[in-house]
Amino acid sequence: MAEVALMKGNEVVAEAAIRYGCDGYFGYPITPQSEIMETLMIRKPWEETGMVVLQAESELASINMVYGGASSGKRVMTSSSSPGISLMQEGLTYMAAAELPCLVVNVMRGGPGLGTIGPSQGDYFQAVKGGGHGDYNLIVLAPASVQEMNDFVGLGFDLAFKYRTPVMMLVDGIVGQMMEKVTLGEFKPRWTKEQIEQNAPWALTGKKTGAPAKYITSCFLDLSQLERVNEHLQAKYKVMKEQEVRFVNNDCDDADIVIVAYGSVARICRKVAQLAREEGIKVGVLRPITLFPFPTVELQRLAAMGKKFISVELSAGQMVEDVRLAVGNDVKFYGRTGGIVPTPEEILEQIKKMV
Amino acid sequence: MEVNEMIKPENLVVGRTSVLKECPMHYCPGCTHGVVHKLIAEVVEEMGIQDSTIGVCPVGCSVFMYNYMDVDMAEAAHGRAPAVATAISRLNPDKYVFTYQGDGDMASIGCAEIMHACNRGENIVVIFINNAIYGMTGGQMAPTTLLGQITATTPYGREPKLHGYPLQITELIAQLPGTCYVTRQSADTPAAIRKTKAAIKKAFMNTRRGVGTSYVEVVGTCASGWKLSPENANEWMRQNMFEKYPVGDLKDI
Repeated sequence: MAEVALMKGNEVVAEAAIRYGCDGYFGYPITPQSEIMETLMIRKPWEETGMVVLQAESELASINMVYGGASSGKRVMTSSSSPGISLMQEGLTYMAAAELPCLVVNVMRGGPGLGTIGPSQGDYFQAVKGGGHGDYNLIVLAPASVQEMNDFVGLGFDLAFKYRTPVMMLVDGIVGQMMEKVTLGEFKPRWTKEQIEQNAPWALTGKKTGAPAKYITSCFLDLSQLERVNEHLQAKYKVMKEQEVRFVNNDCDDADIVIVAYGSVARICRKVAQLAREEGIKVGVLRPITLFPFPTVELQRLAAMGKKFISVELSAGQMVEDVRLAVGNDVKFYGRTGGIVPTPEEILEQIKKMV
Repeated sequence: MEVNEMIKPENLVVGRTSVLKECPMHYCPGCTHGVVHKLIAEVVEEMGIQDSTIGVCPVGCSVFMYNYMDVDMAEAAHGRAPAVATAISRLNPDKYVFTYQGDGDMASIGCAEIMHACNRGENIVVIFINNAIYGMTGGQMAPTTLLGQITATTPYGREPKLHGYPLQITELIAQLPGTCYVTRQSADTPAAIRKTKAAIKKAFMNTRRGVGTSYVEVVGTCASGWKLSPENANEWMRQNMFEKYPVGDLKDI
């Protein structure tokens, strides 16, 4: 029977990684996500599964350790919060270019700058538009519950290896810090050397007799070669857009007003929809689960039905730009920043203005 | 003996290691990189570890080392090779993992990564090429640039008040309890090259012992960056570099 536990979102990331057969975690402490590495250190998975857990000297080192681990075909991850994720952008663009899979968990805090440790969704642009230099995207998963933080660890690793790309779990501080009931996954063994050879034939596993040595690089000085690399990456992103879009449509089809919201804000907006319907205003919530690829087609389907849209975020207005790209400029926005979370009532006030 | 006679296999006294690929290197005449690449390749061949060696190359002139070495290699971001190697080594403890970095990559932008990898005692081999200049970007000041040395960014010579002092990073590394072998060698004479090869071999052998990080600095030349002929570059190195960067073992446990 499946094991059920009451856990923090951050804690369950650690537990899920061990249970999914993660090979290595490399991280640096930062609030509000330090419980991930703390939980791993308490759990001592190196005794249980052989998983390596290492506190690095910086986020720069963490992401480059992840680069190294991924180069050898291992399922490796790191986690951090906004300022630390900014430091990792160099590593992430290198990994995207070198086509290295990994899982990065960003438990967002208020910014810009050192900001605050309160919850935020202010890193949306950075996460879904690439973040570092050059033309690339990460697959971005946005959990709204402790259960999804558990589930998206395995999903993240699967997508990362399927597309040879870094995957980011983009979490607001609320979901990372709150405790909920969660059904834990079954224990899966770490990949054997044979499985790595099979699942990651590109990986550095030592030169084989008769075969050329392998190398991992993101350096392509020949201009036309680099353009071919870019075309290849863009072709991958096109497939992701066609096949990997995930979202939850809560009562949008019969609604007049659709709230687009992700993470913890989507849960607040479910309450808003309930309050609105009690007052006779038909409101639905469209919750993107993948922020890249974005549920553009679903939004366009709803727009064709004549619905009005509002994007509600813990930011000054970031995801709203993607909603507008999908359905046109007539999209209302409401957001709070600085680590402040809006109440259902204040969002409802905004909805009433749309009627 | 005619040339045709000399190159017959039975008459060869020295061969080309098969761990170096059959392709021309891009390095300038008189550069130290090609020599050290060959030494590493020879050590890998002699130890019979070609199938279990993973290298990490830097940003700098040796960024394309993977084009020359016939072992699996990862190209790291600028300065991050020790972090990349840390994970490869920890996740693949049966492998011989080495980094190859220049002075700008390792002693400047990657100072934190090398210090902490060595302080953790990662079971890796570090090869550090110190030619006191940024070669690839066109001869700018490196952390190891000597006082008075003219570079593209110290056109009037390195002056402490303006540019700080030459960094003896190898002396710092030797202080770290995680290191088991720290040495400084050169490649300016056949004898020095043989000593450097012995040092590299000792470093790789240490991986088997698993007693800490092994670190080999090679004081090298950058004839193009120094704007000297290969021969004069060698002479300049002997007269100027060895005083600040004396050759010899700093630590051998």
